[in-house]
Amino acid sequence: MSTITLLFSIFLLTLLMITTMAIVRTRNLFVAVMLMGIASLLIAASFFLLDAADVALTEAAVGAGISTVLFLGALALTSERERSPSSLPLLSLGIVAIVALIVIYATFDQPPLGSPSAPVQAHLTPWYIESTRELIDIPNVVTAVLASFRGYDTLGEVIVVFTAGVGVLFLLGTGASASAAGAPLSEDNAGLRHYLIPRILGRLLIPFILLLGFYVQFHGEYSPGGGFQAGAIVAASIILYSLLEGEQRALLVIPQGVLLAMMVGGVLLYGAVGVAGLVLGGNFLDYSVLDSDPVKGQQWGILLIEIGIGITVAGVLISIFHAFASRGAA
Amino acid sequence: MDILGLYHYWVFAVLLMTGFYAIVAKPNLIKKLIGLSLFQSAVFLCYITFGKLAGGTAPIVGKGAELFSSPLPQVLILTAIVVSISTTALGLALVLRIKEAYGSIEEDEIQEQDAP
Amino acid sequence: MLAPHLPMLQVVVPLLMAPFVVLLRPRGLAWAAATMASLMAFAIAIVLALSVVGDATLTYRVGGWMAPYGIELRVDAFGALLLLVITGASSMALLGGQRSLERALPPTREPYYFSAWLLALTGFVGIAVSADAFNIFVFMEVSSLASYVLIAGGPDRRALSAVFKYLIMGTVGATFYLVGIGLVYMMTGTLNLADMAGRIEAVADTRPMIVAAGFITVGLALKAAIFPLHIWLPNAYAYAPHVTTAFLAACATKVALYVLLRFDFLILQQHLSGHAFQFAGYLMPLAVLGILVGSGVAMFERDLKRLLAFSSVAQIGYMLLGASLVSVSGLHAAILHMFNHALAKGGLFLAVAAFAAVTSGWRLEQIGGIARTMPWTFAAFVVCGLSLIGVPGTAGFLSKWYLVTAALEHGALGIALVCVILLSSLMAVAYVWRMVESACFAPDFDAETDADSTPNRDFAAFSHLLPTILWIVALANLYFGLANALPLELAKSAARTLLGGLP
Repeated sequence: MSTITLLFSIFLLTLLMITTMAIVRTRNLFVAVMLMGIASLLIAASFFLLDAADVALTEAAVGAGISTVLFLGALALTSERERSPSSLPLLSLGIVAIVALIVIYATFDQPPLGSPSAPVQAHLTPWYIESTRELIDIPNVVTAVLASFRGYDTLGEVIVVFTAGVGVLFLLGTGASASAAGAPLSEDNAGLRHYLIPRILGRLLIPFILLLGFYVQFHGEYSPGGGFQAGAIVAASIILYSLLEGEQRALLVIPQGVLLAMMVGGVLLYGAVGVAGLVLGGNFLDYSVLDSDPVKGQQWGILLIEIGIGITVAGVLISIFHAFASRGAA
Repeated sequence: MDILGLYHYWVFAVLLMTGFYAIVAKPNLIKKLIGLSLFQSAVFLCYITFGKLAGGTAPIVGKGAELFSSPLPQVLILTAIVVSISTTALGLALVLRIKEAYGSIEEDEIQEQDAP
Repeated sequence: MLAPHLPMLQVVVPLLMAPFVVLLRPRGLAWAAATMASLMAFAIAIVLALSVVGDATLTYRVGGWMAPYGIELRVDAFGALLLLVITGASSMALLGGQRSLERALPPTREPYYFSAWLLALTGFVGIAVSADAFNIFVFMEVSSLASYVLIAGGPDRRALSAVFKYLIMGTVGATFYLVGIGLVYMMTGTLNLADMAGRIEAVADTRPMIVAAGFITVGLALKAAIFPLHIWLPNAYAYAPHVTTAFLAACATKVALYVLLRFDFLILQQHLSGHAFQFAGYLMPLAVLGILVGSGVAMFERDLKRLLAFSSVAQIGYMLLGASLVSVSGLHAAILHMFNHALAKGGLFLAVAAFAAVTSGWRLEQIGGIARTMPWTFAAFVVCGLSLIGVPGTAGFLSKWYLVTAALEHGALGIALVCVILLSSLMAVAYVWRMVESACFAPDFDAETDADSTPNRDFAAFSHLLPTILWIVALANLYFGLANALPLELAKSAARTLLGGLP
């Protein structure tokens, strides 16, 4: 790492520490959420400097993007200020300090950062890089590991997203309660329609955001990207539309039924690819048997499950947003 | 490189504990969730840090680079980020319901209402 | 044809049924689909259990990739026994619980609830069959998130605050676990459990490993409700819908304990010098405290579900006590108790669900006279209660007996432990007797005078399925107490494996 990158890294990390302490200290929750967005971007930048481009993209899209929206949505329906001071501050500080010291204690025997002989670098990494070239033939090794070598973990991950969607829908109901199709647009639900500049800019931006989402989805095998990031970006564009044009319009564009179908369909697509592997003679989630050429089969498998992931993630995130947004209106 | 590596880990420790402090000491439920989110982000930083290879680059084959940082921690953290947001979303939905049921999102006020 | 894929199908069946269930709008259809999926999973678990008798282990490479590059599934005796508990509890609770859940849940949201149930089931079985540390984390979060949803379905608003506390503590626990395996991964370079066990020797006494062991243990202890990290459990169990509590009480904490034992015995103890003493040294006192505090508080609780929840804390203490003896007999007792406790506690909570269908509540004052109005259900309740105490002839007796014999192998310390076990068993007699006494002799509950009671005495509409299921569970308690064949086998095999290292 050159000196400049080194200094920049230190700068980013120090800023990150300061930001997180500010987040905890401030009593104004709106400020805390905004600072969280900043912290998330700082972490994303650090990830990028540590060669984790896919993760940086995901952290930015999910952490700074979706997370901020959800927190703000919750704040709008609860309260913006913390009412009580910290409880048992000294005891908590004590516990926290002890655990921090334990963690720092652990850092002293670790293999040095970046060393090629560290077990992380030496044991599994060369095999993954070699085998991606040979057996899957796509440039992005992270996607290969995520979607194929450790595809079962990713299935678990999609299930986690699905569970969150089911959970939020169970707790809050769907977003369709307040708006009947065809009912005249009420003033409250009209979003930011009164504000001309956001609307015009938003209308310009939304198609590009959607396009970026689709690009990230399908280009995930060649560059940083993939289903999760794409799903989050597509969800962001629809959420932006909903903020600008109002809940009812957004639910006309993508009705709740379609969202539910997206949530379910993505997971079932992923599962179907896995079962197809089983039926065609391999193991579950074995993509090599999907095509006569195992490499082609791998690529097909990865493409299909990434689509499944993207659909489910988009469906879940938009559903969750609608559930939050219509809670206040109800 | 060593100093930088250690600095990353110490920042991880500080982040971890800042988040943990918010979870334990702050009675406001949303603050707790914010702390939880920070707590988990710290762990992500830790994993990505030890995936880095000196002189390496992002693990995308074909741009002429030969040395790659390890893809495995990145895959793990991609999953962990998604798990984190899912938990946050569910937590926030719960906070909304609690606000409606109790009228407050401060833990001490809720406990007062619950005490028989 | 399907046989080699069974470990995978154990997870795939509930996993793929869950999204499907969300779409089933007509009333009762979601429940039927969920029950069917659960029963299929139970059938698979039985076949798996029979296949691993005799120290066999089934492995499976997901995606066709070899471990440690890909994720491997591994079913041994311990896992198979746990699978029986998980799928069995789920099936029994679902079969008997249709009416009970219908009363607790808003009708339009039922499909989501049953989907969450299947997701919880998926999570638990996913943990039980996995042989990859990170995969365990992912499925642990699946099961946790789904459990939060399940508990939040309780009609009382206190369910919400209970779930929030559980969410915070559970996620902290999972994140601690993640930190721990991150440190282990950093030092060994692998996530596959067998591979880890092989590579740990080289880095055995380094500081990161010791800290990692600590983080993993604390994280899993939070999930397993080991004293003093059990505080989320009583409220969460008390305010969840009744049959949900039956399901979760039977398996949720056991799965976390399973992971803890596997990690500790198969990986850490084999290679970290002195770890065995550390394990016993730290965990045995906590186990004893859990037993005494849990039983103690249960004696004074007036809410039936909270009483049983505190009893669960004590029972987890027994399991941990057996494990901390670090011997084949101790582990054998602990693992057997996982099975037997699930039978006893599951039955007790199902009985409470049955009582709650006709009474106005489930505090001790409110179940008076139920012995007369529901004699068969009450009898089953008594049988399960006796199993909880450990009366000879019931399943609970066998595990306590093995625990006592295992403890006696340790001389003076052993005698002290046996005293603790006897004392807590007496306390169990006390709290079970309180419940029985209220049911028999307390003044009759009177639903009419209760202002907010909806017509509860719907005997006719009340499904006869619940008492039937309850009786099956009660009889199982007796059967496994008298003719304890398969679980005994599996537990012995599991104990041997844990102490002998991975094959």
